[in-house]
Parts: sequence; C-alpha cells; structure tokens
Amino acid sequence: MSILVAQARAELRLLARNGEQLLLTLGIPALLLVFFSKVDVLPTGSGEPVDFLAPGVLALAVMSTAMVGLGIATGFERSYGVLKRLGATPLRRWHLVVAKIVTILVVEVVQFGVLAVIARVLGWRPGGGWGLVVLAVLLGSAAFAGIGLTLAGRLPGTVNLAAANGLYLVLLLLGGMVITLDKLPGPLRAFAKGLPSGALSEALRGAFGAAHHVPGSAWVVLAVWAVATPVAAAFTFRWE
Amino acid sequence: MAAVEVDGLVVRYGDLTAVRQVSLTAEAGAVTALLGPNGAGKTSTVEVLEGYRARAGGTVQVLGLDPARQHGELVRHIGVMLQRGGVYPTMRVGEAVELFCAYYGNVSSPTALVDEVGLGERVGSTWRQLSGGEQQRLSLALALAGRPRVAFLDEPTASVDVAGRQLVRQVLRRLAAEGCCVVLTTHELDEAERVADRVVIVDRGEVVADGTPDELRRSGPAEVRFAAAPGLEVAALAAHLGGAATREAAPGEYVVATEGTPALLAALTAWLAERDLALGDLRAGRQRLEDVFLRLTAERSEAAVDETTTAPGARRGRGRGWRSRR
Repeated sequence: MSILVAQARAELRLLARNGEQLLLTLGIPALLLVFFSKVDVLPTGSGEPVDFLAPGVLALAVMSTAMVGLGIATGFERSYGVLKRLGATPLRRWHLVVAKIVTILVVEVVQFGVLAVIARVLGWRPGGGWGLVVLAVLLGSAAFAGIGLTLAGRLPGTVNLAAANGLYLVLLLLGGMVITLDKLPGPLRAFAKGLPSGALSEALRGAFGAAHHVPGSAWVVLAVWAVATPVAAAFTFRWE
Repeated sequence: MAAVEVDGLVVRYGDLTAVRQVSLTAEAGAVTALLGPNGAGKTSTVEVLEGYRARAGGTVQVLGLDPARQHGELVRHIGVMLQRGGVYPTMRVGEAVELFCAYYGNVSSPTALVDEVGLGERVGSTWRQLSGGEQQRLSLALALAGRPRVAFLDEPTASVDVAGRQLVRQVLRRLAAEGCCVVLTTHELDEAERVADRVVIVDRGEVVADGTPDELRRSGPAEVRFAAAPGLEVAALAAHLGGAATREAAPGEYVVATEGTPALLAALTAWLAERDLALGDLRAGRQRLEDVFLRLTAERSEAAVDETTTAPGARRGRGRGWRSRR
C-alpha cells in the first residue's frame, strides 16, 4: 500500500509541476467555456450557449486528462527509460497502473469542480443525473486512456506528443464538444457519433439534461471504446 | 559464493545472435567488471540477469532465482543502474531517492544515500538540471535504495568527473565490503583496473578472458614497455638488448618483447642514458589491462578476418575494410 501511495503522490506532484499539462487539462477547457459562452459564434443550438458548452467542455476535460495528459507523460517516461528502470524495482505493473488511474481521477475531480463553478457563474443549470455522469466519465476515461497508452506504448516521445495533440484536435472538432454534430455533413456526422468524444459529450449532455436520458447508442459506443482501447494498449504497449 | 551464475547464455535479436554461449560467475562481496567493445554483448548479458530480456538459450541464476521466471522476487534484492536515463526529468533529487526508498520499504535513509553520492547540495534540483556526472551519481543512489545483494551498474563512472569517480569507487568498495555482489559494465579500462576484483572480457558475444586484473595482466607474452622521445633507432636498441624484438607501438611508446629482467632494464636505461634521453612510464612483467583488452579483441578481429578471406568464395582484400569498421 505504501508503494502505491508513494507512486500516486509522485505522479500527482509531477503533474502539478507540469505547466503544459495544466494548461491542457484546465486552461484550454476553461478558456473555451468562457469565450464561446460569452461570444455566441458557434452553432450551439437554440438555447443558451453555456447549456450546450458545459457538458461538452467537461467531456473535453476528460479527454485532455485521460488521453493527452496521460499519453504524453507516459510516452516521455518510456522514452526517458523511466518505465524500464521502474521494471527493476518492487513497484509492480498494477501499482503503476492504479497510481496513474488515481492521478487521472483526482485531476478529473478538480477539473469538474473548477469548470462546473465557471459554468454556473455563466448561467449553467445542470439537471442532475450524477450517477449517469459518473458512469459516462469512467467509461470515457477508460476509452481515452486506452487510446493515449496505445500511442504512448509504440511511438517515440516527440512523435507521440504530435500524434496525441493532432488526435485531440480531430476528436475535439468531431466530438460534438463545442460544435453540435447536427452541423456536420451526414456521413461525417455518423462517423463522429461513433467516436468516443462524440459519445461522451452526448452522454454527458443527456445525463445533465432535465430528462436524464442518455441514448443507448452513446452507451454502446462508449462501452466498446472503453474495452477495446485498453485491450489494444495492453497488447501493444512496449516498456522501452 | 557465486551470487550470479550464467551458463551457455544465448541472446538473439531476430537473426542476429548478440550473445553466444556466455558462461560466467560473479561472487558476493566482490566487484566483477564486464569489459568489451560496443556491441560485444555486455548490456544484453546484464539485461538478461536483470530480467529485462528473454534468453534464447542457457541457464541464468541470480541469488538462486531465475530472472525471467522469478522476476517479482528478484527485484527486491537487486539494484540496477541503467546506462542513461531512468529518472523522471522533472523529479527533484530528494524526491527521486525518497520514492525509490519507499519502493523497498524504506530500508535505506534517503538523506544518507544522497549524501553518500555527494548530491547533498543538489537535493532540490531536478534530474534535468543535473550535469551528466551528477545524473550518474543519482542513478547510483537509486540503485542502492533497497540495500541490494546484487548491484548491476552500467557505466557507473561515465561522464563523472575525477572527484566524482573517487566517490563512486568508494561506494563500490563499501558495497563489496558489505557482501554485495557488484556487476559493472564499462568501457573504461582504467576504472575496471582500479575497482574490479574480477574482470570478464566479452567480445562478439563470447567471453574471451576471465580472471583477476592481475591474472589478466600477466596472461600476455612477456614484454617491457617504456615511453621516450619518438623516433628512436629501434634496430640499434634491439641489438643493444641482445636481439630482443623491439618496436615503436605508437609515437614515443616502445615495446621490447622479452622478460623484464634486471639486466635487460639496466641495459635499456644505460642505452638511453648514453643518448641523454629521458625515460618515462617504464613497465615490465605486467601489461596494462588496456593492452590485454586490445590484444585479445584484435586477435579475434584478425581471426575473423582470416576466416572471412580464406572462406570459399570470399573476395580477397575485404579483410582490411572489415577490420577497420570494427
């Protein structure tokens, strides 16, 4: 247990020290939320922009932390030989994985706290459905972490950095996070609904809505990604 | 007692055989150095011992455990220092040592470890702020965090300054004195000569020599080496020394292929004195480890070239090019 606590503490400390990660996990989502809530230029539907944006930005925060933050950090740890070195200590693989999961969850709690407060100040009134929110976030975190670790486990550090950021942008634009999927052309819309970002933003928007209704298709898409990508990472990950 | 036992180890990377039939032992309470040129198979051998790499053949035991099958148990008793990296770049010295000590249940004091490797004043610096030598010393401290019974150290003095090397040597001696089996790989022959109780020379994936530094130094042909002004008349000197084969191995460095008897040394110094030539670095009887190493690896290079050029279908004249590429 003490190994796990020590590792989780170290992971959190390193994350807090990493300015780029903080910008990615908190700065960019908060900026998008505030800017596009106040400047109504995005096709966010007929209601208040913040009602559309807040769940989408929370989905974006999950993707930032679980995919980009985790993936880039792990990729560099692999490139720097950190993972190889840890392999010759009593730290077991599950210690490392659990410590990283704890880190992701702690960061997500902080993100949700900060972003929800900002959204409330901007006029967002979530309908509730917290159980569904937690389930969606857990499935989304697993899906995005699987993608991040699949990239990190095969690509060199800097290539992984570029790939993770590129994918982040694509999933942001096609994920219904800040732009409603209804505005996408038909085939692209269908494709976007099959992406984890699209499914997570749809699930969060439904869970926070007044009816607390999440479409079954969103759960299916999220669940498939949540299983498939960690399995892919487990099979393809190289420690050095 | 042998803490490390390797018998007939084979390591392959696809079609390439990096280690072929290596057998060696390393004792508890002693420093064993693995020497060899780049690509000789040292790191591959050690990585099998550390449990990082799979073997294609042979048996390996570290503290009676199979590194591949009993890795979880083995890592509690070994310390590892990689050739480079291995530490979170933004982690501070003190944090890294504390973290590694926690992995082993805090059997070592982080403060004492940091002080032992001379990083007490750098405890708040991150890994990336350290010089190359300081990074090596931090890696050494991390390898010692669990009070290892076997320590595998890859190039522990690379990039380390003179004072730092002395400190590293002290640590290695302390470890051996406390019964730890220290296995180090290095290119630095002087360093191996200073700290190793036993030297294993590996070349092209095979062990070519194994013994104490003293045994290896005595293993070569009898010769006297000395340094003097470049361009001496070696033929005249040879005649003065009773016909002993004499050559200028490098500018200003001479080798006389014979026993370093008092009479021969007296004749040599007299010959130099007659010409008012200063004598430097006179060695008789024992070669430097570097000379042994170069002789053994060169012999194998020549043997490989001979095999290639005399093999059916081999083109004449390729040998020199192959040798120079090594």
